[in-house]
Amino acid sequence: MTTRVGVVTFPGSLDDHDACRAVRLAGGLPVPLWHADADLQGVDAVVLPGGFSYGDYLRCGAIARFSPVMTELIPAARAGLPVLGICNGFQVLCEAHLLPGALTRNAGLRFVTRDIQIRVENAATPWTSQYAAGQELTVVLKSGEGAYVADAATLADLAARGQILVRYAGGNPNGSASDIAGVVNEAGNVAGLMPHPEHAVDALTGPSADGLGFFTSILRAVVAA
Amino acid sequence: MSTEVAAARQAAPQDTVSQAEATPGRSQPYAALGLTAAEYAKIADLLGRRPTDAELAIYSVMWSEHCSYKSSRRHLRQFAEKAPPTDVLLAGIGDNAGVVDIGHGYAVTFKIESHNHPSYVEPFQGAATGVGGIVRDILAMGARPVAVMDALRFGPADAPDTRRVLPGVVGGISFYGNCLGLPNIGGELAFDPCYAGNPLINALCVGVLRPADLKRAAATGPGNQVILFGSRTGPDGIGGASVLASASFGDGGAGSKRPSVQVGDPFMEKRLVECCLELYAADLVVGIQDLGAAGVACATTELAAGGKSGMAVALDAVPLRDASLGPAEILMSESQERMMAIVTPADVGRFLAICARWEVPATVIGEVTGTGRLEMTWHGERVVDIPPGTAADDGPVYDRPVRRPDGQDALADDDPARLPRPSGPARGTELRATLLDLLAAPDGADKTWVTEQYDRYVRGDTVLAMPHDAGVIRIDEATGLGVALATDGNGRYCLLDPYAGTQLALAEAYRNVAVTGARPLAVTNCLNFGSPEDPAVMWQFTEAVRGLADGCLALGIPVTGGNVSFYNQTGADAIQPTPVIGVLGVHDDVRRRVSSAFGPAGASLVLLGETRLELGGSLWARVRHGHLGGRPPAVDLAAERALAQVLVAAAERELLAAAHDLSDGGLGVALAESCLAGGVGATVTLPGDDFTFLFSESAGRALVAVTPGCEASFGSLCAEAGVPAVAIGTTGGAALEVTGTFSVRLDELGRAYRDTLPVLFSG
Repeated sequence: MTTRVGVVTFPGSLDDHDACRAVRLAGGLPVPLWHADADLQGVDAVVLPGGFSYGDYLRCGAIARFSPVMTELIPAARAGLPVLGICNGFQVLCEAHLLPGALTRNAGLRFVTRDIQIRVENAATPWTSQYAAGQELTVVLKSGEGAYVADAATLADLAARGQILVRYAGGNPNGSASDIAGVVNEAGNVAGLMPHPEHAVDALTGPSADGLGFFTSILRAVVAA
Repeated sequence: MSTEVAAARQAAPQDTVSQAEATPGRSQPYAALGLTAAEYAKIADLLGRRPTDAELAIYSVMWSEHCSYKSSRRHLRQFAEKAPPTDVLLAGIGDNAGVVDIGHGYAVTFKIESHNHPSYVEPFQGAATGVGGIVRDILAMGARPVAVMDALRFGPADAPDTRRVLPGVVGGISFYGNCLGLPNIGGELAFDPCYAGNPLINALCVGVLRPADLKRAAATGPGNQVILFGSRTGPDGIGGASVLASASFGDGGAGSKRPSVQVGDPFMEKRLVECCLELYAADLVVGIQDLGAAGVACATTELAAGGKSGMAVALDAVPLRDASLGPAEILMSESQERMMAIVTPADVGRFLAICARWEVPATVIGEVTGTGRLEMTWHGERVVDIPPGTAADDGPVYDRPVRRPDGQDALADDDPARLPRPSGPARGTELRATLLDLLAAPDGADKTWVTEQYDRYVRGDTVLAMPHDAGVIRIDEATGLGVALATDGNGRYCLLDPYAGTQLALAEAYRNVAVTGARPLAVTNCLNFGSPEDPAVMWQFTEAVRGLADGCLALGIPVTGGNVSFYNQTGADAIQPTPVIGVLGVHDDVRRRVSSAFGPAGASLVLLGETRLELGGSLWARVRHGHLGGRPPAVDLAAERALAQVLVAAAERELLAAAHDLSDGGLGVALAESCLAGGVGATVTLPGDDFTFLFSESAGRALVAVTPGCEASFGSLCAEAGVPAVAIGTTGGAALEVTGTFSVRLDELGRAYRDTLPVLFSG
């Protein structure tokens, strides 16, 4: 049976279309989930896509975290459902306290779209198993509030427990603490990425196809589970 | 404002139709609204009485230069009169945007529009709402907007005011476009002192639809309901079309016009876009119009005039952000993110439900009638009763005086061929320094500082974007069908000769589309000029329009629509005539697109077209000598057609590894750009005078890198089409080497090219 991956559309979500395509190219079945429906439709994993949910009003991700779909998603994630938040989705997961830390304005104070290198720090999670630890990937960064911050103790804990999923390699584009581009929760099922792997699934329309591995990883993990 | 005050304002007696009949002599502020005494008299003549205050508001904005094209209309007719035969045009001039059939069951709609005046007054919001406005134009045709571009021109890059305007404009476009989820796939960035008080902010949007889903702005079917949906109406942008966009900046300074600038909410626009697309898919829309310039006044008159049936509207039903607004202000407000639809009574419930799902406020404000008139009430009193065509279509048409400027001949005689050029033993060193200078000049420099603030990846269909010659968007994932778009303009060429300069802009956009391998198909334009009341400006304008119409006929691609922006001047100083031309092309399969970046080493480089010593208006003359004079490069549209034919055929047969248009800065700059884009050097031997070959700006040329093994096929393709082709070298190495003249390493070339804009604007 094809693995069903939910992709949530909040008002203001923009990369939902791209996330669905990435799931499809990886061999899964994308299932659109609507923010106002407290129903996960029995999906095997969920992607919270990039965009400006609720116009980034108040604070990025701060309003989306209270939407009906999140009232279902938060306990499901705590119970082990694989969840990947990309860019704005990462911000939502931090606001929902499913991931530690927060995302703030870029060091340069401007929105930045750039093809960048990231290095896989932990390849033993359900979202990264198709990569090798230390592998470098070319993906897209596009954000205005992408600087990852957390207090010193949290950063030390993240490093000690292998929760730093990916780091910026070859230059820190936004002032993120410890060059962190993505983190994972302690259980390993909830991941947040500031860069966009879903924009790097086909060399025709992206800088590479390196991002596809996040999606093939989760399909494999679901099948194995 | 307190609720008591608001209530008092609402209860205050409004000027009604019966009062207008009863008090014919009452004085009205028509001049402050931008109307002349003769225009005011014409309104009274059309109505058989003086207009009410609300009617005066409608006519003042609808008859503004911005909305009525009163100075340009008689000239723009040439686009239709000289239109080349075509069977691809589904909608054209006069619609919200042109629509072109691209085959395989798809149509695309595209248009470029100016937001110059607002963007100078308030750069961030002015530019942001410029994007929002053009996106709604595309949406109103029934299309999903899929990409945006912007053509930007500012005063000198190092002027303090440019540091206020440019970052604000770029930030506004970035904020609004990124938040809407539309990839920004290209455009232009240029600087000249003539734009110091009058920057040009031209925004383009392209959308995709099925031909059968094309929507029209027509209120038809008596009894059908008129629904206003989107943001509530506030006191922003009142008179934007008339007092702001249709007048020059005077001594009062731009700041006094700030209240006429609108404020944008891209989050509402994103919901509005998705909401409209769902409404279209459910087939719940009889007619639709976006609200842009002139707001409710424009939408109601155009829908009513388009439907020829009549419309009745209760203005007090319009949802307000500021309860103190009266009927005239509601009509003139340019609050953003609003649309107006005509819906059958049976569908109103489903329509409102879809709006609610997207959290888009929607209100029934009127209905289609059979009276042929546009009638509006305010708390039961009749405040508007006009034949809608008189406001929408029968505005004044002016035959403005035209006079060739006195200095035009002297300007043409000031030939830059007389300027000193590198010579003698230090020639190579000087040519090398010249190349680095042109690449470091703000006009020649890398534009990444600007373009990296835009999202070019969203939606996952961007095949080419900046810095390539055209943006390319995939439309159908299964077949690879896609479109290419480029915009070009050159105020320097147009100042020297507006007829030829406009054709050069057209030819460049046409070539930029063709170098990617796309077949050029249709044209849009944004004509930016000074005051039409100046006969010299009108001469520039008429020459430009004639040049464009003749050029499109010669190239066989029709003008599908466009926009005229006059009054880009401060006091007596007009901008250089700056028509910005957009060309749309089609790719049968975007997988065969050609980029401007040199690929792997070992490809042979071929220069296509003829190179002559042509320096008038060139980047070299400007950067090295601060000179603007002489004649622009010669135009040969038959040669452009032949060149495009070769480029398209070569791409189709996959003979090319890279292709780059030659324009500003000539072959020298093009070589440097292609080397830097691909991170691969090149060694070339120039086939004649090295200065001429490096920096002349002869039109009708391109630089291509031929896929190894395909040289002979490509050569015969050029020979068959009669396109001059000279092999000049090969790609490879870590330097750009011009044999016998100079060599410059890519890292040095890159520093010159990349450092300029960050140093100027990252402070």
